[in-house]
Amino acid sequence: MSKKIGDVILNVSNISLAFGGVKALTDISFDVREHEIRAIIGPNGAGKSSMLNCINGVYTPQHGSITFRGKTFNHMDSHDVATMGIARTFQNLALFKGMSVLDNLMSGRNLKIKSNIFLQALRIGPAEREEIMHREAVERIIDFLEIQAFRKTPVGQLPYGLQKRVDLGRALAMEPQVLLLDEPMAGMNVEEKQDMCRFVLDVNDEFGTTVVLIEHDMSVVMDISDRVVVLDYGKKIGDGTPDEVRNNPDVISAYLGTSH
Amino acid sequence: MGFFLETLLGGLMAGMLYSLVALGFVLIYKASGVFNFAQGAMVLFAALAMARFAEWVPLWTGITDNRLVTTSIAFILAGVVMFLVAWTVERFVLRHLVNQEGTTLLMATLGIAYLLDGVGQTIFGSDIYKIDIGMPKEPIMAFESTFPGGILINKEDLIAAAIAAGLVILLTLFFQKTSTGRALRAVADDHQAAQSIGIPLDRIWVVVWCVAGVVALVAGMIWGSKLGVQFTLSTVAMRALPVVILGGLTSVPGAILGGLIIGVGEKLSEVFLGPYVGGGIEIWFAYVLALIVLLFRPQGLFGEKIIDRV
Repeated sequence: MSKKIGDVILNVSNISLAFGGVKALTDISFDVREHEIRAIIGPNGAGKSSMLNCINGVYTPQHGSITFRGKTFNHMDSHDVATMGIARTFQNLALFKGMSVLDNLMSGRNLKIKSNIFLQALRIGPAEREEIMHREAVERIIDFLEIQAFRKTPVGQLPYGLQKRVDLGRALAMEPQVLLLDEPMAGMNVEEKQDMCRFVLDVNDEFGTTVVLIEHDMSVVMDISDRVVVLDYGKKIGDGTPDEVRNNPDVISAYLGTSH
Repeated sequence: MGFFLETLLGGLMAGMLYSLVALGFVLIYKASGVFNFAQGAMVLFAALAMARFAEWVPLWTGITDNRLVTTSIAFILAGVVMFLVAWTVERFVLRHLVNQEGTTLLMATLGIAYLLDGVGQTIFGSDIYKIDIGMPKEPIMAFESTFPGGILINKEDLIAAAIAAGLVILLTLFFQKTSTGRALRAVADDHQAAQSIGIPLDRIWVVVWCVAGVVALVAGMIWGSKLGVQFTLSTVAMRALPVVILGGLTSVPGAILGGLIIGVGEKLSEVFLGPYVGGGIEIWFAYVLALIVLLFRPQGLFGEKIIDRV
């Protein structure tokens, strides 16, 4: 299977982020090409989530810039990021727990709903048609993620693995160009991990979505990603294909420790 | 029988006023997960604005013979004032508290409450004002043929009830059927996740506080025209507290039904139970009722079930 990997879509250059005296990220640069699966790995506290939060606009880095589709930003604004087509999932689920699966996914369509609020309230004319259109899109995602049976269930009642799927579904509902996944397999059993891997690969394959993936579990990452960035203590210690990274001595020592 | 029905109706009307205040609490809680202590202050602020504008508009415009026009202008102006309040609150308070704990936001609303109390009285004066929006006050007699003496119904109360009902229908449609409503519920659940799907938090907060401001305005207007506008109006909101607990913090219909139950309960218990225990039931009845409900249903009668996976 040969995928078409395109040009650089997202470029992170010289990002540094500190919280008070703690340096979360130091001078990090890497790029993400269109349609690829790009993983960011590293031990606990390496700054993986911080990196994602910078791209997503939750944190503002002190130095460096991020270029997305030719536009360079020193600070990403959460709302603009979503508008530009970057969606994300969360490490510690951040779903709308009181709302049903359907409503959670529909909320992902929010930016795309254009009709007048008064028409929506009365469900008439164009608003009705638009609602149906979005509902269809959401139904396709529900089918894709195999969560048909839980449409109307409040998300808070679902088991953890399914909540993770809903989280992914909500991001997919935005029809993003780039999908940021923050530890999508965290806390899952082997079977759930395999399911999630399959979904990520399918998303990448069927929709051509570029995926930036943070993961803890090396084996998962090596199997599904095209290129890998390795962070340790906020610094980049490796970048390349899974094989290159696997044989990089710095990476091995960060993960396994070195003998002195 | 006639007397019982009259008491019941009186209770329903009082309850409806509680409902309107409670509705303001519910709206902000539903849409931002914040229990807004400033709701009472907003009612007072809105009522003061309405009362003074109703007084000033005829002077400014020179229209003295058409009350409907001047009242409408006053209402719109008061609405604009409430919009400014909403915008200011978002700009100077909420914007800086994104992603903070609920408790932090709660304390902030407490501050807003004091500020609004003070600023309101500084701008609009601290006398007792009356709002006269020209609702017919004369009571009508009903069921004269059914009961001896019939029942006295206040026309003003009927109109107020109609206004409240209309407001509730609008709000329900807004919350359940529109994408903005969905966005509001999303923001209440999780700020960060809401931002990640591109919901503009700042705009949403202005919308919610505006809606709550308009509800406060309607509540303030009706309370004010019945009982006059004065500082104590701000504490009336505290009487709506048990209503919210009873109905559930997240339920619009709950706020309405809760208000009605408490209004009716207060009046009926005062009239029929009062003589046996020496009266004064009205003051504590609501709280006791709310406590009992909390015992069996912590989320209130209609609130969203609290789900917590451990």
